[in-house]
Amino acid sequence: MEAATGALEPGGPAPLPAALPHGASAWRRRDRLGLVACWAAGLLLCVLAVSIVVFMLVKGIQYLSPDLLFSHPVSDTDQSKTGGFLDPLIGTFILTTVGTGLAVPIGVATAVWLTEYGRPAWLARAVESGIEIVAGTPSIVLAIFGLLLFSNGLFDFLSFTAQGGAVFGRSFLTAGAMMSLIALPLVFGTTREALQSIPAHLREASYALGKTKATTIRRVLLPMSRPGIATGAALGMGRIAGDTAIVVILLGATLQLQGVGNAPVLGTLRGTGSTLTSYVYNNSPAGEGNAPEKAYAAAFVLLLIVIGLNFAVDLITGRRRSRSAWSR
Amino acid sequence: MSAAAHPDPAAGVATERTDRRVELTLGALASFILVLIAGMIVFVFAKAWPSFAHNGLAWFGAGGNVDSQLGEIFNSPANPAAYQYTLHAWPLLYATLLTTGGAVLLGMTFALLSAVFIVEFAPAGLARALQPVVRLLAAVPSVIYGLIGILVIVPFVGNELIHQGRRKSVAYVVQLSGTSLLVAVLILTVMITPIMIAIIVDALRTVPRGWTEGAAALGVNRWRVMWTITVRAARPAIVAAAVLATARALGEAIMLSMVSGSVGFAPNPLDGLTFLFEPVRPLAATIVDNAEGLSVKPFGQTIYAFAAILLVSSFFLSFAGWAAKQPLKRYAGRA
Repeated sequence: MEAATGALEPGGPAPLPAALPHGASAWRRRDRLGLVACWAAGLLLCVLAVSIVVFMLVKGIQYLSPDLLFSHPVSDTDQSKTGGFLDPLIGTFILTTVGTGLAVPIGVATAVWLTEYGRPAWLARAVESGIEIVAGTPSIVLAIFGLLLFSNGLFDFLSFTAQGGAVFGRSFLTAGAMMSLIALPLVFGTTREALQSIPAHLREASYALGKTKATTIRRVLLPMSRPGIATGAALGMGRIAGDTAIVVILLGATLQLQGVGNAPVLGTLRGTGSTLTSYVYNNSPAGEGNAPEKAYAAAFVLLLIVIGLNFAVDLITGRRRSRSAWSR
Repeated sequence: MSAAAHPDPAAGVATERTDRRVELTLGALASFILVLIAGMIVFVFAKAWPSFAHNGLAWFGAGGNVDSQLGEIFNSPANPAAYQYTLHAWPLLYATLLTTGGAVLLGMTFALLSAVFIVEFAPAGLARALQPVVRLLAAVPSVIYGLIGILVIVPFVGNELIHQGRRKSVAYVVQLSGTSLLVAVLILTVMITPIMIAIIVDALRTVPRGWTEGAAALGVNRWRVMWTITVRAARPAIVAAAVLATARALGEAIMLSMVSGSVGFAPNPLDGLTFLFEPVRPLAATIVDNAEGLSVKPFGQTIYAFAAILLVSSFFLSFAGWAAKQPLKRYAGRA
């Protein structure tokens, strides 16, 4: 009521004050202050976004060179001899693959079970809150929990074992396993959303043809929710590529990829290494390397990867959603 | 095909059994997450227990220099009977509260105003252009924010904003170098705001048009409609955004270890403005900074105690968010 009179004060014989953007001059002072604050916040957001993007772009173009991308990092006190970040780049790809590879099956299975079966109900509720809890757990806690878990003798096949029999617990496999927990809630969320948006009559049509529930899931529901699964996977990849805490603690943070044993692929997976995030961290003044130029260049490449993944998400969802969603 | 049309009993039993097996397999995979959470709680708390048990409630209190206490724990003798555990973790807890609280308060205000701007006042073109930008900002890895912070903001604060007199005034307790509470809170705010904006914008847009149009038809101006109806109806989503942002701020380790100064110091509000320039070190950053010492037994146990506190806080946060949303649910439109 108060608001209604406020809009129609002195100079406001305007017929539809609420609909007119320029009617703001007739508003009460408090409302006008709010409007100004809104504009200020919005413009500050634009300025921040533009300055961050432009800054990273300038620094990236300034310091990035092809030989940084294609040479191995070397430990040296002379910064001109420390090489590039080929190994961290490969490390990022390996870790993202391992993490997503683990997260997608588990996330999809959980989502399918929850939407299609969901019995008993108490277990379904528990699983749902469980996923929420995992999503809220800081990655640093996941990291040191992983270290505790995988240093256990039971998991010695995942990482290398030192002379005295102590399991190191740090490898691409262990880090990837913990990384999958970061991606899991995202894959789960998008897959469930996709499954729920499939109309019930499609399931019923399949049952009417005599197909079992399992066949329906495999032949009808999963193919239809493929864009949802892909979106979740891409979002999860972005999260994994950008996480640092797990890499610093669970990957051993050796500059180069250091495999264990002679097996070509498995050896690398069981070995230690680094990723772009840990490379940036170590080359910032906070780490040991202290080579800001290289940190900027690696950060730029990392940013490009993340932007690329974001773009992939848009490509996947773009055709289906007429009105774009802001949050994922 | 014929079996499906005229199901003979044997085939029916067989498919039913396959179906049951699929359900059990999927259910087992889904329950795996619960086993994992239980394992996490048990493992972390079992490992952390000695640190809590030796200190009792004093663990949470103030007293002495937390960094030298950590140093003594790290250097404790190899004999298990002589392990050092004495720790008063207040400065770290206080730093966590200050950085998280400060960033969430600042970020919430900023995000709410920006979201209202985007939904109601921004020109259509600008609003559309901002969408990918906000999503990008939300996806930027924290280490990049940390890098910009430590290479650009910290030197600026250290060289331009902290003058000699201020440096001298607290030189006997702590050194001011630019890595500070102020920088930590500001960068954390920039980090957590985009995700809040995204969630709030989505929620504001789902408020039924009839409600806002009804108010507008009564002659209520746009700002009031927004503030008294749309924002109020979107409260559950705003709470959800705040919870998510708090969880992120609480668990941010790398960026904070880069810009917060990594000194176990409790900033003193009595120092006036200098308070903002004093270094801190929140719990999560402490874990990253001391990860090298995890293999030293009593030290590792102390670090796991920090992780246990973070774990409990994030559980509590999820629960608080859920509880806060319950009475608000009746305001939700169809969303």
